[in-house]
Amino acid sequence: MSAVAAILGRELRLAGRTGADALTLVLFFVMVGAVMPFAIGPDRQLLGKLAPGIVWIAAFLSMLLGLDRLFRADEDDGTLLLFRQASIPLEAVVFAKMLAQWLLTALPVLIASPLLAILLSMDMASWGKTLLALLLGTPALTAFGTIGAAVTVGLKRGGLLGPVLMLPLSIPVLIFGVGVLTVMDGSTAPLLFVAALSLVSVAFCPFAAALALRVGSE
Amino acid sequence: MTLDSAAPKANWFSRLAHPGNFMAWSRPLLWPLGVFTTLVFAAGLWFAFYNSPADYQMGDTVRIMYIHVPNAWLSQFVYGVMFVAALGTLVWRHPLADVAQKAAAPLGATFTALALYSGSLWGRPTWGTFWEWDGRMTSTLVLFFIYLGIIALWRAFDDQLRAARIVAVVTLVGALDIPVIKFSVDWWNTLHQPASILTPAGPTMPASILTPLFIMMLGFTLLFLLLHLISMRTEILRRRTDSLSRQAAARSA
Repeated sequence: MSAVAAILGRELRLAGRTGADALTLVLFFVMVGAVMPFAIGPDRQLLGKLAPGIVWIAAFLSMLLGLDRLFRADEDDGTLLLFRQASIPLEAVVFAKMLAQWLLTALPVLIASPLLAILLSMDMASWGKTLLALLLGTPALTAFGTIGAAVTVGLKRGGLLGPVLMLPLSIPVLIFGVGVLTVMDGSTAPLLFVAALSLVSVAFCPFAAALALRVGSE
Repeated sequence: MTLDSAAPKANWFSRLAHPGNFMAWSRPLLWPLGVFTTLVFAAGLWFAFYNSPADYQMGDTVRIMYIHVPNAWLSQFVYGVMFVAALGTLVWRHPLADVAQKAAAPLGATFTALALYSGSLWGRPTWGTFWEWDGRMTSTLVLFFIYLGIIALWRAFDDQLRAARIVAVVTLVGALDIPVIKFSVDWWNTLHQPASILTPAGPTMPASILTPLFIMMLGFTLLFLLLHLISMRTEILRRRTDSLSRQAAARSA
């Protein structure tokens, strides 16, 4: 457990020192959202209706953007090799890195979401629901992304491939995440579904990603 | 310790699947299998076009089913083959499983594309739309994307042995989509009709429609097996030429 905490701390420190990663991500997230009104016209009513979907897409894209950094640097400087030979299982290492990845890519986006809500003229209630759905759904996106990053870590030109592989799997999260807003009678079914997807994928992805890291480098 | 026990005799499974042996036993199979597939297709098409009734609601468009359903069935069956081959790669380190995996992916993608295409041709006259974001269509489209991703991943690696293991992991993860496709018509009650062949109460179609359907499904499955064998052989030959040209380059250097 302390090893997991140590790896988590290392990741956060590294990100904190090199600095601008999270900020760039937030900038990208807000910009994607801000470009939308130009693409579909500044009709406030239409924007308000589409806003939850736009926020989801923007969050989705910015999380994919940050994927490549997950294992790449560790692979390049040999840290990953040390992790594989460490006394704690590789799955635990992957879990710690996944947690750090969520804190570094999903959390800033969640914090920046009120800004986008104002720009897209969302009302308070639907912003609250979107935030809740994002909070529950982003762990699943990070988990699938971790597999994608682990699978493509050995590739020189694999930057886009990880997202392409994991995008189809993330579609259910998007469906139910946006479904939270469109459901009529205030039923919590889509929300529970998103939470279930996150729980299952967070439990299952460290194993798949660790397997990919192991078989990819022998 | 005798020499004999040090090198255990290979069981029939490994003997059957050794690449060299595979090339030997699969060669005489190709022509008979090809002829048989053609005959089954001829019979199936004759039944489908001349010897089966038009549907009382859909009319002659029901005949699209004889193409659509076999392709949809194969889109999932091929993934099943890839799943088993992926297990073969990861668990048994089987050299032929790598080849089987790689050869199946483009075939699966093609059958899935044909299922989507024939489905949308069928959907236009019967539902009035080429496409609807209904559970089964969405999940089949996702399957198509997964196939394409797997093909792209194969092509991104230089070292095919390593690629096989990595792709195997992705194949196992992507298999989550298969049960979703199967049960999508039960979970979401939408446009696509529910299961009508494998139901607890037996098929819901009359024998006059079921017969051509089963013949066509058999024909398409045989076609897949034939194409799979051929492209596995091609892949093995390609690897041989690769290693030969590497050897030649090493010698000349």
